[in-house]
Amino acid sequence: MSVSDMFIALQGVLTADQDIREEIRKVVQALEQTAREILTLLQGVHQGAGFQDIPKKCQKAREHFGTVRTQMESLKTKFPADQYYRFHEHWRFVLQRLVFLAAFVVYLESETLVTREAVAEILGIEADRERGFHLDIEDYLSGVLTLASELARLAVNSVTAGDYSRPLRISTFINELDSGFRLLNLKNDSLRKRYDGLKYDVKKIEEVVYDLSIRGLNKEATVGVGGEK
Amino acid sequence: GSGGFRKRKHDNFPHGQRREEKENVNPSSALMTSFKSFQLELDTRHDKYERLVKLSRDITIESKRTIFLLHRFTSAPNGEDILNESEVKLDAVRRKIKQVAQELIGEDMYQFHRAISPGLQEYVEAVSFQYFIKTRSLISVEEINKQLIFTAEDREETTNTTSNSHDKQPHTWSLKVTPVDYLLGVADLTGELMRLCISSVGNGDIDTPFELSQFLRQIYDGFTFIGNTGPYEVSKKLYTLKQSLAKVENACYTLKVRGSEIPKHMLADVFSTKTELIDQDEGLS
Repeated sequence: MSVSDMFIALQGVLTADQDIREEIRKVVQALEQTAREILTLLQGVHQGAGFQDIPKKCQKAREHFGTVRTQMESLKTKFPADQYYRFHEHWRFVLQRLVFLAAFVVYLESETLVTREAVAEILGIEADRERGFHLDIEDYLSGVLTLASELARLAVNSVTAGDYSRPLRISTFINELDSGFRLLNLKNDSLRKRYDGLKYDVKKIEEVVYDLSIRGLNKEATVGVGGEK
Repeated sequence: GSGGFRKRKHDNFPHGQRREEKENVNPSSALMTSFKSFQLELDTRHDKYERLVKLSRDITIESKRTIFLLHRFTSAPNGEDILNESEVKLDAVRRKIKQVAQELIGEDMYQFHRAISPGLQEYVEAVSFQYFIKTRSLISVEEINKQLIFTAEDREETTNTTSNSHDKQPHTWSLKVTPVDYLLGVADLTGELMRLCISSVGNGDIDTPFELSQFLRQIYDGFTFIGNTGPYEVSKKLYTLKQSLAKVENACYTLKVRGSEIPKHMLADVFSTKTELIDQDEGLS
């Protein structure tokens, strides 16, 4: 085989590669669009009036996750199944965003941390690498860390909206999350950088709880919450 | 003063409360259990990555040594010996690559690609350099990959596999050099060929430079054909490749113009000044 033949063959390989990337980019764009829609929907909970119809918002968000599942199905067909990590960078960001959104919905519904298996199911993908398009553990953890900052914001806004008990529950949740992350030995990578931000979220929520407790508002909240709703 | 004291006390308060709450976290809750499994999974992954980085560095070092060895090959009487020695060295490198392949059994190779890519590129450079010296042509990526198919021939491994399971009968595994790693390795090869060209003139060999310039031109044409279809690193190497080609072409030019005038034993001196000039130019630009 002559040198130029070899390079012609390689060029063919590289072009095919680029075509795959182009296809992936298109689907990822659609996924990003859906993710933005879900985010806009869920952002409503930060407004005073939004606290009343959280279940309705979650239900609507869950409907949007149906679109996500079909889009994920189409993404899976765009590249060979055993080359997940070759193209991982293309959907990494949007996948982390979707994990956050799913975790947020589950938190609002049940105030628990969504498991990796449950997120995978909501997104229509696998939790395990052996079984196909899966949710990488680092992406899952990144999404969970985004949830932490969103909850810090929610704690502040729920006080403004007059819900004094929520920050306490958020605080317990975030503290457990913090202890969970402390178990991990993170490398000096992007996940570690995002984990470093968790302490500020913890601090923020503690300040809210502190403000409530020095004013005796937390006691009042635990008593008053039943009558209010 | 007292203001500072009060401020500090204020700051401390949430921390005290936090420590209390920390103890409330149930170490066997569902969340903590799943994070414990995450810890295990992440640690396993990081350990594997580190092992691969180490193997990759060993591969790089051994490949570099092979290249240095091959530079001593200059149609000297011990030429055959050097080629044989380089073959032994490359076999050692391939044994390391076999270990890499073993680490990657059942894994997605691209997940750990960044750990092993530098080593593989250096190996491509070494193996293609040796191939060029032997055959005066470019080794293909298929040819390289053919040498990276391994079988379990060691006693230890065969006993292992027989005791483990009888159903997994094919004890072969392979590692594939990706097209991009191959391209980057070949781009590095051109730098070695340029060195070979200059040093061969020093040894009074005036045929090799012309062969090399021919060969490098073909490779350069190939890279320009690929152009920016390839990833960024490939286009970056194109610039260095152009410089290497220019040096070799200038060397051939000098040989042609002045070769007939200068006695052979003085050619080396002419070249050493010529190459110094080129190096200075680069320093300026």
